[in-house]
Amino acid sequence: MINSLFLINHSGDIFLEKHWKSVISRSVCDYFFEAKEKAIEPENVPPVLQTPHHYLISIYRDKIFFLSAIQTEVPPLFVIEFLHRVGDTFLDYFGECSETVIKDNVVIVYELLEEMLDNGFPLATESNVLKEMIKPPNILRSVVNTLTGGSHVGDTLPTGQLSNVPWRRAGVKYTNNEAYFDVIEEIDAILDKSGTTVFAEIQGVIEACVRLTGMPDLTLSFMNPRLLDDVSFHPCVRFKRWESERVLSFIPPDGNFTLMTYQVSSQNLVAIPVYVKQNISFLEAGSCGRLDITIGPKQTMGKTVEGLMVTVHMPKAVLSVNLTATQGTHTYDLATKTLVWDIGKLNPQKLPNLRGSLSMQTGVPKPEENPSLNIDLKIQQLAISGLKVSRLDMYGEKYKPFKGVKYLTKAGKFQVRT
Amino acid sequence: MSTSSAFNDEKGGSSSVGEPEYGHDPASGGIFSSDYKRHDDLKEMLDSNKDSLKLEAMKRIVAMIARGKNASDLFPAVVKNVACKNIEVKKLVYVYLVRYAEEQQDLALLSISTFQRGLKDPNQLIRASALRVLSSIRVTIIVPIMMLAIKEAASDMSPYVRKTAAHAIPKLYSLDPEQKDQLIEVIEKLLADKTTLVAGSVVMAFEEVCPERIDLIHKNYRKLCNLLIDVEEWGQVVIINMLTRYARTQFLNPNINESLLEEGGGGEKTFYASDEDEDEDEEKEKKAEAVTMAKRKPYVMDPDHRLLLRNTKPLLQSRNAAVVMAVAQLYFHLAPKAEIGVIAKALVRLLRSHSEVQYVVLQNVATMTIKRRGMFEPYLKSFYIRSTDPTQIKILKLEVLTNLANETNISTILREFQTYIKSMDKDFVAATIQAIGRCATNIGEVRDTCLNGLVQLLSNRDELVVAESVVVIKKLLQMQPEKHSDIIKHMAKLTDNIQVPMARASILWLIGEYCEHVPKIAPDVLRKMAKSFTNEEDIVKLQIINLAAKLYLTNSKQTKLLTQYVLNLAKYDQNYDIRDRARFIRQLIVPTEKSGALSKYAKKLFLALKPAPVLESPFKDRDHFQLGSLSHLLNAKAGGYQELPDWPEAAPDPSVRNVEVPEWTKCSSREKRKEKKVEKPFYSDSEGESGPTESADSESDSGSGSESGSGSEDSRSGSESDESKEASESEEEEEEEEEDLKKKKKKKNEEKQLKKPVQESESEQSSEEEVRKPERKSKQNKSESESESDEDEESESESSESESEDSEDSEAELKKKKKVAPPKPAFKAAKKENKKEKKEMSLLDLDDFEPAPSPQVTPVNTFLSNSLVTDLEGLSLSDAALMPATIAPSSALKSYELLHRITGEGLSVEYCFSRQPFSPDANMVAVQMHFTNNSTSDTKSLHMEDVKLQSGMRVKEFPEIELLPAGETATAVMGIDFCDSTQAANFQLCTHTRKFFVSIQPPVGELMRPFFMTENEFKKEQGQLMGMNEITEKLTLDVKCRNEHTIVQKVTTAANLSRVPCGSDKECSTPPPPPPPKHPIYRFAGRTVTSSSLVLVTVATKDEGAAQLTVNCEKMVIGTMLVKDILLALTQ
Repeated sequence: MINSLFLINHSGDIFLEKHWKSVISRSVCDYFFEAKEKAIEPENVPPVLQTPHHYLISIYRDKIFFLSAIQTEVPPLFVIEFLHRVGDTFLDYFGECSETVIKDNVVIVYELLEEMLDNGFPLATESNVLKEMIKPPNILRSVVNTLTGGSHVGDTLPTGQLSNVPWRRAGVKYTNNEAYFDVIEEIDAILDKSGTTVFAEIQGVIEACVRLTGMPDLTLSFMNPRLLDDVSFHPCVRFKRWESERVLSFIPPDGNFTLMTYQVSSQNLVAIPVYVKQNISFLEAGSCGRLDITIGPKQTMGKTVEGLMVTVHMPKAVLSVNLTATQGTHTYDLATKTLVWDIGKLNPQKLPNLRGSLSMQTGVPKPEENPSLNIDLKIQQLAISGLKVSRLDMYGEKYKPFKGVKYLTKAGKFQVRT
Repeated sequence: MSTSSAFNDEKGGSSSVGEPEYGHDPASGGIFSSDYKRHDDLKEMLDSNKDSLKLEAMKRIVAMIARGKNASDLFPAVVKNVACKNIEVKKLVYVYLVRYAEEQQDLALLSISTFQRGLKDPNQLIRASALRVLSSIRVTIIVPIMMLAIKEAASDMSPYVRKTAAHAIPKLYSLDPEQKDQLIEVIEKLLADKTTLVAGSVVMAFEEVCPERIDLIHKNYRKLCNLLIDVEEWGQVVIINMLTRYARTQFLNPNINESLLEEGGGGEKTFYASDEDEDEDEEKEKKAEAVTMAKRKPYVMDPDHRLLLRNTKPLLQSRNAAVVMAVAQLYFHLAPKAEIGVIAKALVRLLRSHSEVQYVVLQNVATMTIKRRGMFEPYLKSFYIRSTDPTQIKILKLEVLTNLANETNISTILREFQTYIKSMDKDFVAATIQAIGRCATNIGEVRDTCLNGLVQLLSNRDELVVAESVVVIKKLLQMQPEKHSDIIKHMAKLTDNIQVPMARASILWLIGEYCEHVPKIAPDVLRKMAKSFTNEEDIVKLQIINLAAKLYLTNSKQTKLLTQYVLNLAKYDQNYDIRDRARFIRQLIVPTEKSGALSKYAKKLFLALKPAPVLESPFKDRDHFQLGSLSHLLNAKAGGYQELPDWPEAAPDPSVRNVEVPEWTKCSSREKRKEKKVEKPFYSDSEGESGPTESADSESDSGSGSESGSGSEDSRSGSESDESKEASESEEEEEEEEEDLKKKKKKKNEEKQLKKPVQESESEQSSEEEVRKPERKSKQNKSESESESDEDEESESESSESESEDSEDSEAELKKKKKVAPPKPAFKAAKKENKKEKKEMSLLDLDDFEPAPSPQVTPVNTFLSNSLVTDLEGLSLSDAALMPATIAPSSALKSYELLHRITGEGLSVEYCFSRQPFSPDANMVAVQMHFTNNSTSDTKSLHMEDVKLQSGMRVKEFPEIELLPAGETATAVMGIDFCDSTQAANFQLCTHTRKFFVSIQPPVGELMRPFFMTENEFKKEQGQLMGMNEITEKLTLDVKCRNEHTIVQKVTTAANLSRVPCGSDKECSTPPPPPPPKHPIYRFAGRTVTSSSLVLVTVATKDEGAAQLTVNCEKMVIGTMLVKDILLALTQ
């Protein structure tokens, strides 16, 4: 399966390589660099490349290319999904997934990679199992280790791999037993010029943070599970129970994890929390343009819209902007031609407005297309689909845990065409 | 030492680049010594006694390896520490060993004894890790040792060690392929393993070592299917892909009828055409016969095939994209056409994932959309493109959109394309134009619209856009040139401005090809071109010559000189292609003495009618690669790719999959984890029990041990409770329509009789069919009584589908039943009794044996009635949860007219109460509006205004519909809070030109939503709503609605209520033959939308259609009105 892995930074240096079978020379990456050159943008590098002797499957995340070399047929998604899992593991261990942090912890990284694949086939990818074998670094432990000569490799043998519940480590103990669930919904929408919804759907995710002693068996039920159109679960969720009773029944992993993701489709009416009135025009003659954006609340269910932000990718011809905002701050990045207007809280009494002129390069014909606006927003304490958790029951353990549910609505890929 | 290090430097070519490296050149001894110095400290540290120093040294060495530096000269120093006590040092030494052992084979041998010791360790994890490192050291000399270790580990107590053994197999195989035979033995042994831990790894080993030995899978097939859901995700992917291939070799094509129809047609044609080849004819004849035979014999899916489909379906919900894709490809390649649809939703979900995942998924979706467009059509909008998508994703989405385009959705797609054309991303714009061209060729209706749109693009400022449009227009015009001479003229004018060579060439070709349509302009264009000839690109020059030649042939008077001029220019061109072309054309068109017969035909040569190009998707026919594979993505066979075999013509013997005793089900380790998961214990139990039942039915007692199609049996026993209802239902129906059915029954009985002897001799398969038959019959009866004539195929697939669903649902139920059921012996005894009865009955009553009550149902029914009546009450909760899904949507939504076509001046509006929760406001009733524009002009900005409401009522307006083109329809949803009254909501419906006063008045039944309660709760609540709040009415049921199904349907249609699951006094448990002794009572419950007041409805049936209707509701007005409505519905 996966033969070798190369980590490559933004400027094209290979800063880590790991081989699970015979060594593949790093010169194989030249084919990748060629493709990268051609693609210009890193997002446009084809994830799968064919070279005379190898296949290269790569992902791009956090400004790092994870490039794997493969010799035989393998489902590409298998590799892609695994590479992302590697990235997730780094994130889990070091708090970020960047070149510096990987270089600083190169030994741990290497040990992790060694455990995650055996002969190119995934072995241990559950974070709980890995953490039993290889302790994540933290300041206190590294101080102690330097003093006592201790190590970050777990001295107990990893039993998690043997368990029937590979995602949960055994013998968990907490003094405060608590289980928190965040229901986070993102609105994906495309609005057209006139504000009509071209496409809208709600993507939801339930992030859980469970710190419970022992082997608790949880059951989470909803007030209105029929809203959910499509779901995908963490492997711990018992699918049959969901099918028959529409409840989530599971033995949770320890710590943070994504319990489920769901979709509320466009068949139901998706509430759009804000409306945008915009007018962007480029004048034919006088190498300038005009911009006027107003945002107002639409269907907010009585909650305040926060963290409102508008991002506009301007055409190349726009040299600078001269704008005034009634609320918030705006910046224009000349290199990427991105206008960002950070509004903050939306005040329904006094609608935020951004207006002014754009100065354009002279002698260049006016741009064909008006740039589209990407909206970012947050609404606390609200799941826009109306999904509600009705109760959480625990079986298998005696104590009474502290339970909490939080709702949050965000804008996902929320785009207004102009 | 020096030589070995030099050797290593050469081999470990991964060093170099970047930082300066010592000892790079082995020739110069000085540098070598400095290398020695450089690693000296590390060696010292490794030799020291302190673990902390060793650790420090190892960490530095590993860091070197990670950076790709060569650290091979440290091998002797490192390998000494393999026996180190410190676990971390040990681990890092392992890392080092695995990396360099291949290069230092001799020295690596020093470490072997340590691992051999480790293999005997009492701790399973140490055994496993020793085996893992031992097998990773690629040293040929230890192959026998590895072989031995693997064999031993394969029979280890610990499943984890066995898993490691499975991992070691491909390692050894790649080191020494000659060990294959021995390794296959190990694989065979491990395949029989019953734990989920091993399953994924051993199948992976199987795929790498001996994917062709499909026969090894037979015995393990069912086990793998059943374990699948509990295997770790990576193993799932491998197993599913392997099982796809397996199923392709072992089962029949479920879409056989569909594909045979096509094939059959083709076969006939050749049959008549090839008269000479008689042998072939005969063969064909046989084939055709077989085809017709197959057509006559309805396709029955092998239960094992069904098992695979059923057990993989839940994995569509996996968080792992690779698993979802694997299941999707399995369904695409194996499932009956009607069932493939389920994968669409899951694949669309993956589009939210990382862009690399999107890239792969979209490629696969593109291939699927070509073969099965229908399944993705509902998700059209999910493929709309955002300006922030990377270009490669945009282009793939465009491909999918184009594939999905058809007559009904083309207008929306084209509107979407229009916005894309304005994008800043020029590659994407070019792709969009091509997509428009493809839509235009595929869908004749919009060809003109597309062409006009593209012509407009010709005045675009961006040259690339224009060029691409020209090329596409050229292709489109070729389809019907005579209608579009003005477009050609327009394009001729463009030659002055467009500089892109491809576009210029296209225009010139067009003018030349259709010079008769533009006789005046063509010579002029040639004149201009002749002027600029020398400065043109090669491709343009060629077309200029071409144009000149064509004009010379059609209009030599005007263009003779010009042509000569052009040809002379071309004669001295730098490019020899152009010189050759000029020479060649001159000979052809200009008649000289030398020129032979060819010049006579010059006109035919040049002005022949050219076939229009077919614009095809690049994803056409890609599905011969297994979807989701690397080969599919690259559209080329990758190394190690296993072809997806074609379906066999006749099914291989299914009995090869039989296992003697279902041992595998004792998967004790999983039981603990998934206590509530019924699967395993359920399978094992039911197998033991339902086996005899089945054999009783088919009258071949020999099948006691065989468990043919365990899967289907499970589903049978699982769905029995459901079926019992159905059976009793059809029973009632039969009474009513006895006369109609009598003949049919007789026929069936006759058939039965005829079949008897055959059955006995036939193997399990026939018994299997037999098991299915009664169910189908009852289904058929049902459909007959409903006077619907379903097609055979359809009803079949339906039944199989329902079966699988039922089984899943009812598995949980059954488990519960089991928990409380009386101890097993009693249960079995009851079964046996039934079995005897059954046998007698079928022996005696051959003549008037009633086909309707399915034989298997009977025993369980009695069993239910005897022991589980009380438990059923407990079960009702899960019943209730299922109710809304099954009943509410099935009752057809009644739609009302809001605006008539005539009063609305072409705009007609209908509305219906969709009974869906209205998500923005739970207190509102969702009203679905259906707009149809029947006029010839577009209607714009359709919205609501001037809402007039009674106090307290609220309305959530539907979003404005910007444009409703002529002949189009649109739907919108609005919410109305009626405040629990039937007052109408009045408002104005406005278009851009007119306003219409309309009003929506809800039937009282729509003012409530279903509420689930158990019977006991129902009775309790009913007790509190007596007196004024209770309204009772006597009625006589209409003849047609005296059975359960119709009553429930009528009531739920009249009011949005849910059925209260029946408890002890409902006859679901009575054996079918005698008529129901008691009169069933049907209960329904709901709550009003605004105030959440309970609405309870009871229909108590009595003799001869008499019944009593009771409604309990706090709101008396609602109660009274509801009584009227339901009364009307039931007596109509």
